[in-house]
Amino acid sequence: MEYIETGFFRHHLEVFLEFRSVLWESTLETLYMTFATVTMAYAIGLPLGMFLVCLGKGGLFPNRAVHAPLSFVINTTRSIPFLILLVALIPFSRLIVGSGIGNNAAIVALVVAAAPFIARMVETALNEVDVGVVDAAKSMGANNFQIMFKVLLPESIPSLIRGFSITTINIMSFSAMAGVIGAGGLGRLAIRYGINFWRYDIMLIIIIVIVIIVTIIQFLFNLLATKIDRRI
Amino acid sequence: MIELRNVSKIYTTGERALEDVTLTVEEGDIFGIVGKSGAGKSTMLKLMGLLEMPTTGEVVIFGENAGAYRGAKANAIKKNIGTVFQGFNLLMQRSVAGNIAFPLEITGKRRHEIKTRCEELAELVGLSDKLRAYPASLSGGQKQRVAIARALATNPKILLCDEPTSALDSFTAKEILRLIKDINAKLGMTTVIITHDIHVVKAVCNRMAVVDEAHIVEIGKTAEILANPQSAKTKELLNFDI
Ligand SMILES: Nc1ncnc2c1ncn2[C@@H]1O[C@H](COP(=O)(O)OP(=O)(O)OP(=O)(O)O)[C@@H](O)[C@H]1O
Ligand SMILES: [Mg+2]
Repeated sequence: MEYIETGFFRHHLEVFLEFRSVLWESTLETLYMTFATVTMAYAIGLPLGMFLVCLGKGGLFPNRAVHAPLSFVINTTRSIPFLILLVALIPFSRLIVGSGIGNNAAIVALVVAAAPFIARMVETALNEVDVGVVDAAKSMGANNFQIMFKVLLPESIPSLIRGFSITTINIMSFSAMAGVIGAGGLGRLAIRYGINFWRYDIMLIIIIVIVIIVTIIQFLFNLLATKIDRRI
Repeated sequence: MIELRNVSKIYTTGERALEDVTLTVEEGDIFGIVGKSGAGKSTMLKLMGLLEMPTTGEVVIFGENAGAYRGAKANAIKKNIGTVFQGFNLLMQRSVAGNIAFPLEITGKRRHEIKTRCEELAELVGLSDKLRAYPASLSGGQKQRVAIARALATNPKILLCDEPTSALDSFTAKEILRLIKDINAKLGMTTVIITHDIHVVKAVCNRMAVVDEAHIVEIGKTAEILANPQSAKTKELLNFDI
């Protein structure tokens, strides 16, 4: 028994050492796709979420005629399975980044999938801010811009940070599927060795690497959110 | 100073919160509005604070028909009105100093000006040692003191208080009422206090109105009304003791 366990451990250590450079490259590719997607998806999703809050019921400038269709588009995009979206967007990616396959094409699809998710999350976070506090700001003569940037956003920062951590992890997990359209990263590595060559030992190492990255992200952002939150 | 002229308020839900209400609050006075839950008291205060627009009638503030103002014009008037809420409504992610500074930041005051003013106000409400604390760590009475300091920050000419003591124990409630009374005496701002407790009105208000089911049923000097109540609703409020 002891022998088997030691052998198991040693075998995987050897595989890890043998594949470390390709593992490292793939990890970097995954991180690159995740980071690029997070940045661009937030650049779209954050303002979109803020806009939704303003247009929503009880918002700063409620407008159902704009809110309803926008909300519909967001819900629809969110309900398309990512694998299908990934393939369906190949012509669109070709238009945007010049190629329908590869890392950058995957990033396009990831951004399209993540931005509506972020918009919804931002909307929820901002709507959680106590209406009484917004009323107080209005009673002092704060304009809409001040209510957004001095009340709604700062008051919901802990919640936004927690959402950021969930989003990042989700994007990383989705990026693993991008191997299907020829993007790199840990996902493609897993598909290549795990599925094509039945190398479950490499698969296990890839899983461990991913778990480590996810744990670090989760730990850091939760720590940050807790540190920043003045309600506790 | 504040006048409601034949004001009615019907919310978009169809709820008739106020019907044909007329009242005047004199400059420097402490005016009490008392009534049961759902009578329309908060609605009255929201109209005075320009948070809601009247459906019909006029809300006249500083001699202007301010009830009809929107946007920047309304905001300019609001900067001369301070409001204290039942639920304190403090910014939870800002310190005490940050909360008091908020209305000053909104009006674009300079940093050092804000700092001096915060210290002044903290002293006035007795919270000089709590400027760096966060609301979550304060007691109810302390939170309400912060809210009062914040409402006074821009030197408003009007102070509106919606149930300022309802979330507090009776001892702390008395302290807060005394503070409001002292501030009125010291700074001379026109003060309106909304309450469901007629004893609060008795303790601090010169003039009062009794509201019931969207109407004013009695209005006048507090001493006179309490000594010789005319309306059955007033008597009901006076006799209510557990
Ligand atoms: N924003 C709103 N939209 C629709 N109806 C409202 C709104 N605010 C108040 N009302 C309704 O108007 C009526 C008067 O409400 P208001 O808040 O003025 O009463 P109140 O005297 O302050 O009561 P309370 O003591 O419970 O605070 C109530 O029937 C209430 O349901
Ligand atoms: Mg009320």
